[in-house]
Amino acid sequence: MNAEKVVFAFFILLALTFNFGFFLGDIDNPEHHHVYELYAALVVSLIATVMKFGDRTHMGAVLLATSLVADLQLILAAVVWAAAVNFTETGMDPEMMASIVSLSGGALVANFTSVVLLILETMMVRH
Amino acid sequence: MGHVFYLLLRRLRAPFLTIIVIYSISTLGFVLIPGVDDQGNPWHMDFFHAFYFVSFMGSTIGFGEIPYPFTAAQRAWTMVMIYATVIGWLYSIGKILSLFQDPSFNRLMRRTTFARRVRRISDPFYLVCGFGYTGKRLVSRLDEQGIQLVVIDIDPLAIDELEAHSLGLAVPGLCGDAADPDTLNIAGIRRKNCMGVIALTNDDHTNLAVSIDSKLVNPDRLVISRSQSAANTANLASFGTDYIIDPFETFAQHLVKSIREPYKHNVSDLVINPHHKVWASPYQDTSGRWIVCGYGRFGRALDKIFRRHEIPTTFIEIDPTLRGAPEGTVLGMGTEEETLRQAKIESATGIVAGTPDDADNLSIILTARQIRPDIITVARQNLSSNKPMFRAAAVNLIMEPVRIIADEIFIRINTPLLMDFLECLQARDEQWARELLIQVGEVVEDQPLDAWSFEVDAVQCPAIVDCLGRGKAVMLDHLCRDPRNRENPLPAVVLLLKRGSTRTLLPDPHTEILAGDEILVCGKHRAEGSMKWITGNYNVLRYIRTGVEAPGGLVWQWLSAKREKPPAARQ
Repeated sequence: MNAEKVVFAFFILLALTFNFGFFLGDIDNPEHHHVYELYAALVVSLIATVMKFGDRTHMGAVLLATSLVADLQLILAAVVWAAAVNFTETGMDPEMMASIVSLSGGALVANFTSVVLLILETMMVRH
Repeated sequence: MGHVFYLLLRRLRAPFLTIIVIYSISTLGFVLIPGVDDQGNPWHMDFFHAFYFVSFMGSTIGFGEIPYPFTAAQRAWTMVMIYATVIGWLYSIGKILSLFQDPSFNRLMRRTTFARRVRRISDPFYLVCGFGYTGKRLVSRLDEQGIQLVVIDIDPLAIDELEAHSLGLAVPGLCGDAADPDTLNIAGIRRKNCMGVIALTNDDHTNLAVSIDSKLVNPDRLVISRSQSAANTANLASFGTDYIIDPFETFAQHLVKSIREPYKHNVSDLVINPHHKVWASPYQDTSGRWIVCGYGRFGRALDKIFRRHEIPTTFIEIDPTLRGAPEGTVLGMGTEEETLRQAKIESATGIVAGTPDDADNLSIILTARQIRPDIITVARQNLSSNKPMFRAAAVNLIMEPVRIIADEIFIRINTPLLMDFLECLQARDEQWARELLIQVGEVVEDQPLDAWSFEVDAVQCPAIVDCLGRGKAVMLDHLCRDPRNRENPLPAVVLLLKRGSTRTLLPDPHTEILAGDEILVCGKHRAEGSMKWITGNYNVLRYIRTGVEAPGGLVWQWLSAKREKPPAARQ
């Protein structure tokens, strides 16, 4: 058992689950999407990215790329959220919420790809 | 670059994770802890403000409590988090700084920089393995000629010295083991513009590894290796190493030649070594018995070659049985009068001080002189730095292995035609060599002699090729005329003309030059520039050939008038 792999798998899967939890619900209903979940998804995704720093294997490089994509999407979602709450007169409205959730949906796809790649890598090692 | 980048990222994992974890916990804390707004209502910071507050708290601990004054709980959390973020930053920055001081990281950085510098070389270059005394001399001589070099040495001090050495071209140097294929690889052994590999390390095995590697990559490429044992020499020769130098063997041959054929030896030394000093031997009787102190590698090489030429020799050795010295060897150092008398110095012609210790060698020479002031002295000088002492001792012939190897390699790279000349010289007799010496001596007077060569092609001699293309003849004599006044000869002598496979020594000045000829010239250094002018400038060549000044003569006349004055003033 490789401790590094366990920790990485834990974080990448955790990023996916948090993100999924956030994504679930009506796309434009602010009550269905909690800011804590987005925050957790972003932090965990950042940690997963840093853990792939300096991995010289091909799979490591691809995993780094997918989690960088997830980070980018989630950071954008967080920025939109902060902007919606603080910079606009109206505060959070369904339109803003929809764009935040769709951004997190993009991150979800990236997270999902990471997990699929991780499973593929694990299976290749086994055989 | 790849290696360093990955290593850097890998080492940055821990600091980055620390910062992310501390910041996220801290931000979350500020969001969760309830506060009070200016109206006294309960209030929660949102993530945006929390992150804003943590960002400036972590880096500056400033700006105060925003947007409303904090409650006691918030202040407590701030206090804890100030320490956490400061420690986190200190740890991360310390980690990054220590990375840049890490020896293995630095080594990798230097290797990467070196590899990049080698990759950027687009001119032909030579790879020199070993930057010891020999390497240093060779590198600075080749560098003077504008030849690009790359250096590898296992000793970091040697590479430091290379960097401190003021060379004309930027010479990339790497501290590494030349026997390691990876090191050779980044030093450019696989590159197309690597013209030759020179193995000069102290270790025979390393030299062997370098030579084999180069021959495997490109069998046609020039490989020059130093060798310290006969077995290794045979091994190097077996796979086609182009040139193998055993300094002791080489010097033994020099010495025998100078004893048997002093004029020829003087000629070859003259062209090889610019600061050649004429040895008095042609005017002395050298036919008698020689005394050789020391029966090490040098002594053995001398023994072998003296035997072949039937020169009677007496050896002096401190441990004759261990080193396998021949019978009749006198026991001792040679530094004492007693030992020298035992070796019958009174009846000897010359003495060779060939021990590996410079102080001993000087002592031998001085002791021998005290007994026999007229004896011919030959000394082995091991360290370049001892030069002044050997000079002061007025030794007849100084054998400096460092200089011998460096000069031999230098001419092979810089003027390969000189090797042709030396070969041709072997076929001539002493009288011929003597006349050549006189002729060259008249030309160069007492200045250092320089030898250079060129091929008649469009790159090196565009003017000549142009002339030949118009069907006009150019003679060798034209090359040796002063471009400012064709009545005056240049201080230079054409030594060799190579046309196809025929080599002509001291060709007739009226020989017509053909395209593809290779010409070897020796003379004063300043003549080289003038000759390049003639071979490269069409107007100059026309003036030399016809005596007619080139068009645009106003500038020309002004120039030549200006240039002619100083010599006149000197006289």
